[in-house]
Amino acid sequence: MSPRAQVLLWGAQRASAAVLAICVAVHLATVIYAVRNGLSAAEILGRTRGNAPWLAFYLVFVASVAVHAPIGLRAILAEWTRWRGRSLDLAMLLVGGLLALWGARAVWAVFA
Amino acid sequence: MDSEACTLNVRVWRGGESGGFREYEVPRLESQTVLDVVTYIQRRIDPTLSYRFACRVGMCGSCAMTVNGKPRWTCRTHVAKVADGDRLEIAPLSNLPIVRDLVTDMTPFFEKWQRARGRFQGGHTRRDDFARVPPDSRERQNTDAGIECIGCGVCYSACEVVAWKPEYLGPAALNRAWTLVNDVRDTDRRARLSAVAGDAGCHACHTQMHCTERCPKQISPTAAISGLKRLVLAAALKGELEEEPGR
Repeated sequence: MSPRAQVLLWGAQRASAAVLAICVAVHLATVIYAVRNGLSAAEILGRTRGNAPWLAFYLVFVASVAVHAPIGLRAILAEWTRWRGRSLDLAMLLVGGLLALWGARAVWAVFA
Repeated sequence: MDSEACTLNVRVWRGGESGGFREYEVPRLESQTVLDVVTYIQRRIDPTLSYRFACRVGMCGSCAMTVNGKPRWTCRTHVAKVADGDRLEIAPLSNLPIVRDLVTDMTPFFEKWQRARGRFQGGHTRRDDFARVPPDSRERQNTDAGIECIGCGVCYSACEVVAWKPEYLGPAALNRAWTLVNDVRDTDRRARLSAVAGDAGCHACHTQMHCTERCPKQISPTAAISGLKRLVLAAALKGELEEEPGR
């Protein structure tokens, strides 16, 4: 990977961290507010089904996680193990893809 | 000072990478530095002890060692400040190969200064007028903040990222690069930003700040590295980095 690509990955991780900081705060505040009368599947689905702003917010959340986590994991693995280079980059691409896929699937499951 | 406190029990690293600590008893004196202790051992107890020093006044950067677990310049470190009771443990700097006893091989440290393009590259000739650099300009202030580095290797030895990732350029080389990036006379900016970019460069720093905490000259390599991160990211976004920066 070229130095430029490495730097852009670093930039992407910082940018996604900024988005995550907002998303996590909104998510936690919503959870605390939403469970004040107890928590049930019916109540959650009643709030999320067909709710387009909710869908958009959590898709942004999932996308940020899918960008942020594999870049950080790549740095941790490079420091804690001898794993470097193309195989590590491809593996982290796979991790990012799976996080995006599973996250989007979970979001869609409570929206549709 | 009671009679027990009149003697220091000093554990000193002897041998190479697979060596071990040996204990010595050294008389405790007023205003004694750690370098004084090492010198006493070599001159009065064991002349085979190897260590490195030159100026003894905190200018040359050659006497750094690990003292009671922390890297320090030994010529300006008073025993009274660092001794654990009457105990002192002196080892070579970490993150560098041990040549023998307290002497480390500084080659990897200075090779990284070269890799970070730590040399001034000017564009003027002797026929050109002097460059005028306003002392209060932002660039000059940035350079001033890091220019007093004596190359002692204390920050490099204190850096966890260097320990985890041996190819990381380290705080001293990056601090040097930052002083040159801010030198308005320098003409090697693009190549230097490319040389310090990415996984083995400034972006590997975790901002744990042990370099800044330990620097005997009160320099903040962390601030220099943060500055480089911003400049290099801006250069990368504009497509100004060299693809193969001659590493």
